[in-house]
Amino acid sequence: MSQAVSEPRTSSVGATAAYADGKEVLVEVTDLKKYFPIKSGILFQREVAAVKAVDGVSFKVYKGETLGLVGESGCGKSTTGRTILQLYRPTSGSVKYRGQEITNLKGESLRRMRREMQMIFQDPYASLNPRMSVGRIVAEPLVVHNIGTKKEREERVAELLEMVGLNPYFVRRYPHEFSGGQRQRIGLARSLALNPSFIVADEPISALDVSIQAQVVNLLQRLQEELGLTYLFIAHDLSMVRHLCDRVAVMYLGKIVEIAESEELYTNPLHPYTQALLSAVPVPDPAVEEKRQRIILKGDVPSPINPPKGCNFNTRCPVSIDVCFETEPELVEVLPGHWVACHRVI
Amino acid sequence: MAVAEGAEPLTLAGEEKPSNPWLDAWRLFRRNKAAVVALNVIIVIFLIAISAPLLTRLEILDARTGEAARHTINPVNLPQVDSYPDPLTCARDGQDQNPYWCSWLSEEALLEVQNKYCFRPAPDPNQRQWCYLLGGDSSGKDWLTQTVYGAQVSLAVGVLGATMSLVLGLIYGVIAGFYGGRVDNIMMRIVDFMYGIPYLVLVILLQVFFTEVARTYQGTERGGLVGFVLDLNSDMGGLLFLFIALGSLSWIGMARLARGQVLSYREKEFVEAARAVGASNRRIIFVHLLPNVIGPLIVAETLAIPGYIFTEAFLSFIGLGVQPGTPSWGAMISEVRTRGGFFSNRFILIVPSIALVITTLSFNFLGDGLRDALDPRLRGT
Ligand SMILES: Nc1ncnc2c1ncn2[C@@H]1O[C@H](COP(=O)(O)OP(=O)(O)OP(=O)(O)O)[C@@H](O)[C@H]1O
Ligand code: SF4
Ligand SMILES: [Mg+2]
Repeated sequence: MSQAVSEPRTSSVGATAAYADGKEVLVEVTDLKKYFPIKSGILFQREVAAVKAVDGVSFKVYKGETLGLVGESGCGKSTTGRTILQLYRPTSGSVKYRGQEITNLKGESLRRMRREMQMIFQDPYASLNPRMSVGRIVAEPLVVHNIGTKKEREERVAELLEMVGLNPYFVRRYPHEFSGGQRQRIGLARSLALNPSFIVADEPISALDVSIQAQVVNLLQRLQEELGLTYLFIAHDLSMVRHLCDRVAVMYLGKIVEIAESEELYTNPLHPYTQALLSAVPVPDPAVEEKRQRIILKGDVPSPINPPKGCNFNTRCPVSIDVCFETEPELVEVLPGHWVACHRVI
Repeated sequence: MAVAEGAEPLTLAGEEKPSNPWLDAWRLFRRNKAAVVALNVIIVIFLIAISAPLLTRLEILDARTGEAARHTINPVNLPQVDSYPDPLTCARDGQDQNPYWCSWLSEEALLEVQNKYCFRPAPDPNQRQWCYLLGGDSSGKDWLTQTVYGAQVSLAVGVLGATMSLVLGLIYGVIAGFYGGRVDNIMMRIVDFMYGIPYLVLVILLQVFFTEVARTYQGTERGGLVGFVLDLNSDMGGLLFLFIALGSLSWIGMARLARGQVLSYREKEFVEAARAVGASNRRIIFVHLLPNVIGPLIVAETLAIPGYIFTEAFLSFIGLGVQPGTPSWGAMISEVRTRGGFFSNRFILIVPSIALVITTLSFNFLGDGLRDALDPRLRGT
């Protein structure tokens, strides 16, 4: 079990300290919480419990970077993304966009903010309205914000379709005629229509064939370069994220357990949960793959309705100690740019 | 950039025909032959119903005033109360006065038909006399004419009843499903409560009440809303109150269905995407939800139409439906029950029954076809 917790090394990324230097913070999330109430009662419902989907999450997203958000199914990644975009109103906490608090925006100012932040969805089948033509789908943001004349909008739609590698001739087609990858491109064209700076990509490739995944990832990277986009890229496995993301945040049961630059995280994972996740990722080098030891976590993820006291990973942690069952570990910067929430790492 | 982005084929699989969801639905619908036939039958019935005044020359008693309308039977020729005019009797009162089909026949053929099929000898040629293609009822009204006008009542009840229940149920269900939470909870408890009320009993009680009100105020001058409603109802031959009674509960099933549909689409990612670009609730409801939820509702309403038609026929049969004098298939069938005489003219029972069966069956087949075409739950995607 010694490999589970490695000593903090002053290692691979000596330059990490400089990472944030001179970079503009685009989005800042502080102690964000989203609880979904569970109600019961026949006519007058009382709140009997709450699903703590996101339970105190803090991180910064720098302009122009891709921040990965990784974790098992149900750990609250999508909820985090949606709460940042104000698709869900947070239970508490703050979200700042270019320094401006957006959790209290309403009406017109919220609508204006929506032009800046967009979302790409996981399911390419559910994310396009089956009753709308591709042209109408991509033009919808422009119509909603009353941008341009009909003709200008048509031109913009053609331009957007071309930008995502689709034939502009498809505008009169309907979603069911397209493959998963093509639909994902249509969704991308829609989210780019308003020229946003920040995009939450919620597992945009996990529903696609492996052969198509790389194409969509490449497209996302190209668009990032061309348009100067900033991504929050949500994924449930670490392997895809490595090449795409500058930094990665690992989430477990509504909380962030570790954030670091990608290379640092892959070469020097500090949190026992991250180590377990990484141990499951196959290594291309056969020699290393041979020696690779999988850390199999025991048990299931506890219910987010009733998370364990202390560190919420303590039910499955192979290296837990007494204090883990008493106090919750804080997310602290143990190395420059490398944040971990674990009593054994500090 | 290692993998060429263009590697994914840019052409689309499948046929090059333009395809949109409604067009596809129409193609699917056309594949169901029974439904296409049913649709045509319904169109024909509909055309017959709206052109009833053109098709028949014998007009019926004006329901409101109870006076004889312009063309009535010459009293001299009124048969005895306990027997019906025979079918195929034809007037000899100048060609232009004869019902449409008489003019198809030559003078000789007409005579022959009469000689062959009419029990009563041809009356005095100077007297005005009418033709009964299918015979008439005990008060001398032509049965064919009544059947044709009866189609108006059945279609109106079926189609307007369904539309009303669809609109009410849709509004109610969409509000409940879309806003959710406490609003939904209270609205749906009300629906659950109403579900427990026996439908037919309530309809009968309402109709008893309405007919009583209509009878009480008959002939008296009443102003205001009540008077207006009573007049309107009376102009419609009692149909207005019938709609209200039928619609009183029929929308709740639709409300449940609409709410369920909205709930299933409300959380779909395309709705979320619309929210993310800042679309208003109104836009989300009308552009994103309604076009998706309406299909199964239309199917359900079409399949409910036979029920409305039967209920109207049943109510009119027991005398609680349309006002007396308004032709309705149910009321026509009850003629036989109250006055007898089935064996003197079998058409009297058979004609309205067949009309009822054909109409309701057609709506059933139409509903089946629409279900194949419109209900995505039964389709691939
Ligand atoms: N609208 C909601 N109402 C109630 N509970 C919700 C809602 N949305 C999510 N949850 C719950 O919140 C928790 C986190 O869900 P979330 O969708 O954010 O997980 P995720 O990490 O995105 O998982 P996945 O990888 O499966 O997409 C889950 O337990 C889920 O059941
Ligand atoms: S705090 Fe304790 S239980 Fe939590 S991950 Fe660290 S060692 Fe394991
Ligand atoms: Mg998710």
